Amino acid sequence: MEDLSFRHPVRARAGGARRSAIVGVVASGNLEVLVERVLPDAECAVEIKTAAVGFGEVWSAVIGDFVERYSPGGLKFSINDGGARPDTVSLRLAQAVRLIAENGQ
Amino acid sequence: MTAPLKDVAPAERARSTSFYEASARTRLELLLDAGSLIEFIGPGQREVSPHLKIFDLPEQFDDGIVVGHGRLDGSPVFVAAQEGRFMGGAFGEVHGAKLTGLLRAAREIGTVPVLVLFDTGGVRLQEANAGELAIAEIMRAVMEARSAGVKVIGLIGGRSGCYGGGGLIAGCCSALAVSEPGRIAVSGPEVIETNRGVEEFDSRDRALVWRTMGGKHRRLLGAADVFADDNVQDFREAALELLGLVGPFGLDRLKAEQDRLAGRLRSFGACGDAIDIWTAEGIADAQAVPELPADQFIALANRIGRTSRDAR
Repeated sequence: MEDLSFRHPVRARAGGARRSAIVGVVASGNLEVLVERVLPDAECAVEIKTAAVGFGEVWSAVIGDFVERYSPGGLKFSINDGGARPDTVSLRLAQAVRLIAENGQ
Repeated sequence: MTAPLKDVAPAERARSTSFYEASARTRLELLLDAGSLIEFIGPGQREVSPHLKIFDLPEQFDDGIVVGHGRLDGSPVFVAAQEGRFMGGAFGEVHGAKLTGLLRAAREIGTVPVLVLFDTGGVRLQEANAGELAIAEIMRAVMEARSAGVKVIGLIGGRSGCYGGGGLIAGCCSALAVSEPGRIAVSGPEVIETNRGVEEFDSRDRALVWRTMGGKHRRLLGAADVFADDNVQDFREAALELLGLVGPFGLDRLKAEQDRLAGRLRSFGACGDAIDIWTAEGIADAQAVPELPADQFIALANRIGRTSRDAR
């Protein structure tokens, strides 16, 4: 296992009012993303526990691209990864942002 | 362009969602009345397995089971749903404790039924002793809840089936609903082949696996009470039907169940294959049973009967 942690300054606060949301399942080639609205509006954090060791640079690129595209201000993402490919990671992060932007708890 | 999901009625979504393919969370969302699920010990509490880290394995925030309460057709229910894709839905220490706690809460309250959406290969090997203990605790908790008047309904239709200790717990439930891909057994196909040889059971013969452990056979044997088509709405309707059918539990019922099982063994104990059993049950074209679509199979199963309302 490898732990990775990223923090980014963000342009704008993420939409919606939900406090938290979860998407995905920890399985081979899959991951879960728990997103929580716990940070100041101009910050975003991503904490990763991954079964695939040695892919820090790829994670850095995927997370950087995600933050630039979705501006997830105020959100903390916690990831349990079972060795997902970068496109699956991008998809789950996008789903998490969309889910927390919905109405509800 | 299809309509956005939020514009589709919940029942329609549940009807068009495969129970087998859906995640544990999606199953619960669509099984219960819309928006009624309140989760206990949710992923935000990060109550993860204390063992997986030692094996350098990834954890899941809910340890592979969602427990909580919600409403089914307006009435309160407790629910538990295993996630069959995380470690094969297997029982670990935390995973098991969440289900035990839910059943004990149901026992204390006494009037709110429990729905258990099984999807499991059995005990998580990395947590062997804790997992085995969890199975024993859950079986006891099921029987204590039933003795206190609680209906415990098992719904089985997930990709990991219901194996090992999961099969034992299912055997303790008040009633079961199963779909064709939902398999119920204790030892799985590979386990039997490894221990008894390929002559005893060829685990690569999928047709053999399905007709021995699959939902159709379990329904025809009376191990499962209702056969559901593979969509969440059918399981919702099956749960409602079973909640209406299950009677009070006590010594008389246990004796009736013992008689039922003894009678089943007398009738079919000498059969070498599921098809022999179906033939002995009076099904004219037993070979065709695996190919029957759900509606025709349900009609056949209702004609054969074989579920006893006085037993279990």
